[in-house]
Amino acid sequence: MSTATTDELMDLDEALARFDPVMGLEVHVELGTSTKMFCSCPTEFGAEPNTQVCPTCLGLPGALPVVNAVAVESAIRIGLALNCSIAEWCRFARKNYFYPDMPKNFQTSQYDEPIAYDGYLDVEVEGRSFRIGIERAHMEEDTGKSTHVGGATGRIHGADYSLVDYNRAGIPLIEIVTKPIVGVPGHLAPAVARAYVAELRELIVALGVSEARMERGQMRCDVNLSLKPAGAEKFGTRSETKNVNSLRSVERAARFEIQRHAAVLASGGTIVQETRHFHEDKGTTTSGRVKEEAEDYRYFPEPDLVPVAPSREWVEQLRATLPELPGARRKRLAQDWAISDFDMQSVVNAGALDVIEATVAAGSDPASARKWWLGELARTANERAVELAELPITPAHVARIVELVSAGELSDKLARQVIEGVLAGEGDPDAVVAKRGLKVVSDDGALLTAIDEAIAANPAVAEKIRGGNHKAAGVIVGAVMKATRVSRAFRLRATPAVPSAGWPPAGTERVRPRSGP
Amino acid sequence: MTDLTKRTAAETAAAIANGEVSAVEVAEAHLDRIAKVDDRINAFLHVDAEGALAAARAVDAKRAAGEKLGPLAGVPLALKDLFTTRGIPTTCGSKILEGWLPPYDATVTRRLREADVVILGKSNMDEFAMGSSTENSAYGPTRNPWDLDRIPGGSGGGSAAALASFQAPLAIGTDTGGSIRQPGAVTGTVGVKPTYGGVSRYGMVAFSSSLDQGGPCARTVLDAALLHEAIAGYDMLDSTSIDAPVPAVVEAAKLGATQGIKGLRVGVVKQFAGEGYQAGVVQRFQESVELLRALGAEIVEIDCPSFDFALPAYYLIAPSECSSNLARFDAMRYGLRVGDDGAHSAEEVTALTREAGFGAEVKRRIMLGTYALSSGYYDAYYGQAQKVRTLIIRDFEAAFTQVDVLVSPTTPTTAFKIGERADDPMAMYLADLCTIPTNLAGNAGMSLPCGLAPEDGLPVGLQILAPAMADDRLYRVGAALEAALLEQWGRPILDLAPAL
Amino acid sequence: MSAITREEVAHLARLSRLELSEAELDHFAEQLDAIVGAVARVSELPTEDVPPTSHALPMTNVFRQDVVRPAGTPILDRAEVLAQAPAAEDDRFRVPRILGED
Ligand SMILES: [Mg+2]
Ligand SMILES: [Zn+2]
Repeated sequence: MSTATTDELMDLDEALARFDPVMGLEVHVELGTSTKMFCSCPTEFGAEPNTQVCPTCLGLPGALPVVNAVAVESAIRIGLALNCSIAEWCRFARKNYFYPDMPKNFQTSQYDEPIAYDGYLDVEVEGRSFRIGIERAHMEEDTGKSTHVGGATGRIHGADYSLVDYNRAGIPLIEIVTKPIVGVPGHLAPAVARAYVAELRELIVALGVSEARMERGQMRCDVNLSLKPAGAEKFGTRSETKNVNSLRSVERAARFEIQRHAAVLASGGTIVQETRHFHEDKGTTTSGRVKEEAEDYRYFPEPDLVPVAPSREWVEQLRATLPELPGARRKRLAQDWAISDFDMQSVVNAGALDVIEATVAAGSDPASARKWWLGELARTANERAVELAELPITPAHVARIVELVSAGELSDKLARQVIEGVLAGEGDPDAVVAKRGLKVVSDDGALLTAIDEAIAANPAVAEKIRGGNHKAAGVIVGAVMKATRVSRAFRLRATPAVPSAGWPPAGTERVRPRSGP
Repeated sequence: MTDLTKRTAAETAAAIANGEVSAVEVAEAHLDRIAKVDDRINAFLHVDAEGALAAARAVDAKRAAGEKLGPLAGVPLALKDLFTTRGIPTTCGSKILEGWLPPYDATVTRRLREADVVILGKSNMDEFAMGSSTENSAYGPTRNPWDLDRIPGGSGGGSAAALASFQAPLAIGTDTGGSIRQPGAVTGTVGVKPTYGGVSRYGMVAFSSSLDQGGPCARTVLDAALLHEAIAGYDMLDSTSIDAPVPAVVEAAKLGATQGIKGLRVGVVKQFAGEGYQAGVVQRFQESVELLRALGAEIVEIDCPSFDFALPAYYLIAPSECSSNLARFDAMRYGLRVGDDGAHSAEEVTALTREAGFGAEVKRRIMLGTYALSSGYYDAYYGQAQKVRTLIIRDFEAAFTQVDVLVSPTTPTTAFKIGERADDPMAMYLADLCTIPTNLAGNAGMSLPCGLAPEDGLPVGLQILAPAMADDRLYRVGAALEAALLEQWGRPILDLAPAL
Repeated sequence: MSAITREEVAHLARLSRLELSEAELDHFAEQLDAIVGAVARVSELPTEDVPPTSHALPMTNVFRQDVVRPAGTPILDRAEVLAQAPAAEDDRFRVPRILGED
C-alpha cells in the first residue's frame, strides 16, 4: 500500500497568517528500571525473543500484577521535576481494547487519577521563554513487539501474518501530557514543540530515570494539532500524529499538519478527528485506519492493584533526590561562562552542554571549550551524523589541547590537526603532537640551528638578502619550515636572535611571550 | 471393613502419620472410588492418577525416612479447575482452554504440594466460575450425589459433589458470589470463603478480581480449617494478599467443638428471609438459631437495608470485571484458535474463537459488563453499583459493632433440578441472594449443613458471616453448631445420602 | 430505563470480540434487556454523598522491590510456553495478519 498522500498543503507563512495553531504533546517515556512495571522480569534491550517474560507479562490466565516501587518513585520524581502536584491517593485503571501485542487485551494504566498533575515546563526558543503547561504524568505499561511477515515492505499492511515477542510487554512507561499549547507565535510553534520534547528529554536524563533514547523507542511522541482562525477562541478539531520519534520529526510533523489543516480549512473542508502516521522519509503524515466505531476503552479501577497513596514525607524525600534540573543548570552555566541565553541555546541545540561543562571542569577556559566543541567538533559530529559525546575525543583531550594552545605550544591550526589525529584514533593529544611532530617551534637553539643550516645551504640567497632583497627570505623560511616540520602558520618567539638579514619577514605572526615555565 | 474414603481428612492424616495406612493406599482407594462413581457424578474434569500416586509415594517415603509429616500429608484433594497446575490440564470448564497445559502453578497449587496434599485431579465447575449450578460447564453438568437429577450448586459443583460422593475428603473452591458456600449448602458439605486477600489469587483464573476468593471445601469444619491453614497466608505475587498472620482457624475449630460459644452474640439478618425462601430451609435455619441460643449465644435481629441491593450491584460489578478479565482469551498465545485459514485477520480469528469457545452465560456476562462500563452508562451502572457496595460495607460494619457473627440460610432453596433455571438467568442468580453481600464487602463466610428440608429431604445450609480477618469466628461457631447437630442426628448428614 | 436493542447487542458483541450468530443477537437482546432492567435497581438507593468502593479492603501502597526474579517467582520455560501457543515461529507467537494500525 502506498503511503503517498493526496493532501493539499498551504504555504506555511500563509497558513500561519490565517490560523493560530493549538498543539498538545503526549510523550511516552520507558523507564530504565531493572524490572517491568508489574512483574519482576528483566527489561534489558535486545534480549532473545520471549525470554524476558513470565505469566504476568504474558497475560497468562491466573497471573497477577504487583507494582514496581522504583517505577512509582520515578513517576513521582518526574512529576516533581515538572512542577506537578503529586496525588495523595490514586489508582491504576484498565484501558480495555484488543490488540495482539497487548497480552491481557487491556492496558494497565491510569485514567482520571494520575499520580502527577498540573505542572509546567519552561522552554526557550529564539531567546524567548515559553511555559508549557503539564496536564498530567501517569504510569502505564508498554506492549509487545510484532514483526510482520510477508508482503513487500515488512509493514503491517499486506503482511501474511505476524510474529510477536513479548519481551517489551510490561516495561514501565510514564506518559506525560501537556495542556493545550496556545499563545505561541505560529511561526515558532513547531520549534516550541521540538524544544519541549528536547527539554523534557534532558530533564528525564538528568533525573536518571531513563536514557530516553528516541531511536530506541525509549521516548515516543504523539503530536496533537488543531488550527483556529487567527484570533478565535474556540479550538478546531485536532489530528493526533502518532509515534513521532525524533526531535526533528516533532518539528516537521507539526509544520506539516499546520499546512495540511490550513489547506483543508481554507478550502471549506472539515478536519476529521483521527490518528495519523508520520513518515520519517518524506516528513508527511497519512491518515490511520478509520474506525467504524468510536473507541470506548471502558476504563475502570484496576481491581488487582491496590491504590497508591504516597505519603507527603515520601514525596518530600523524593523531592530531595532531584538533581539540579536542566533549566537551572543552564542558567548557572550561562552565568559562569558569561554567555547570553541565546548563546546558551546554541550550546544546547548542539547537544554540547555536557561536554563543554566537562571540558571546563578539566581545566579549559569556557570560551575555548565552546569554540572547539561548537566549531571543529560540531562540524565533525554533523558529518558523521553522531552526537558530540559519541566522537572519539574526550573533554579531557579538548582541555589538554586548549592548554597546549594557551601555552603557545600549538597554534589554532596545529590544534585542528591534533584534533584530527585524536579523532583518527592516533592517541591522546600529546601522542598526536609527538607522532605528527606538530609542536610549534619555540626552542631557540633548534630554530637557530635550522636557520643557520638553511643560510649555509643557500649562500646565494643569503647574499641577496644581505643585499636588501627581503623577498628572497621566503626560500630560507621554507627551508627552515621543512627542517623543523612546522606548518606555514608557525609562530616564533617575539625576539628570536635573527640574522642580520632583517628577520623575521613582514607579515609573520608573532607569538605571545611565554608566561611561566 | 474400614472404608478409607469415608474418613475425614484429619482422620486420614493421622492414620497415615501413625502408619495405619499408607498414603498410596489412601490415594488408590479414592482413585477407585472415582472410577466407580464419577461417570454418574462428573465431578472431575481431569483425574491425575499418576501425579496423585507419585505425590502419595513421596509422602510414604518421607514417613519411612522419619521426616515429620504435615497435618494434611497424604490427604487426597479435588482442585477446582480454575487453578493453574503446571503440565496438568486446566480448562476452567471452558472449551476455550481445552487442552491447555499451564506452564506454571498457582500459589494455592504450590502450597498444596508443599503441604504434601495429594491432588487427585481437577474438579468440574461452571465455565470460568460463572453460574450457580455447574450446568455451565463445557464438559457437561456435575450431578448432586443426593439426587442425580439435581444440581450440586455452582460454580464449584464439582468440588462439592466430589466431597459428598466420597471421591475426596478435601476440595478447593472459589467464591465470587457464593460458589463455595452455595454448593456446600446444597450437597451437605462445609465450604468457607475466607476474607478477601486471605488466600492468594495468583494462578487462580480471574472471574471478578475484586470478589474472587479461593477457599477450602470439606465434610467437617475441622477439615476445612486444616485446609484453610494450608493454603492461606501472604503471597508477594498477589497485591491484594493480606500481609498479616492467618487467623488461627484450626485452634478455633477445636475450641468451638469442645468449649462451645457461650456469650457469643449472633445476628440474624432481617433481609435474608421472606418471599422466595423455601419453608423447609427456613425451618431448619430457625431450628439452628434456637440451637445456637441453647448453646449460650445471644441472638440479635440485625437490619441491613442495603443487602436488598446486593444482587443487582453484584450483577453489574462481576460482569464488568469479567468482561475485562476474559479479554485475554483471544486465540493468540494459548488455548483455542478458530478460523486461522490465512484469510481471516487476527481480529476476526479472535471473534470467531471467542464465539466458538465461550458458552452462553459467559457471553451474556461479558456483554453485560461491557455495557455497564461503556461511556454513557458507567455512572448509572458500574459506578452506582460501587456506591451500593460502600453502603453494604457500612451495613456490615454497623452490624459487627452489635454482634460477633451474622447467620442466615446459605441459599433460599435446596438443590433445584438440572435444566430448571438453565436459560432463565434471573432465576439462576437468586441462588446467590444470601452469599453475595459478603463478597462485596470482602468479609469471611462459611456454609455448613444444618439438616434436611422436610419437604424434599435435601440438605440445607446455614451461613455464618464474620468481619474481615476474623475467619476464626466462623470456625468457632461452625464447629460448635456442627458438634451439637451431630449429637442430635447421631451420625454425619452425608450418611443419609443415597448410596452410589 | 432499559432498552437493549438488537443493534446494541451487536455493538457490545463487537466491543467484546464475539462473532454472535443472528439467533444469538435476538436471544441475548431479550435476556440482556431483562437483566439490565433488573440490575438498574441499584439507582434506587440514595447515594449522593456515598463514595464508590473499588476495593473492599482498605489497603494501599503494595509495592515490589525492583529486583529481577527474586526467589519464589515463577520462571517460565520458553519452549513450554510456545508449545501451548496455537502457532509459533522463530521463538515468537505466530498470529494471523493484524488489521490494526501501523
Ligand atoms: Mg498511554
Ligand atoms: Zn513478566
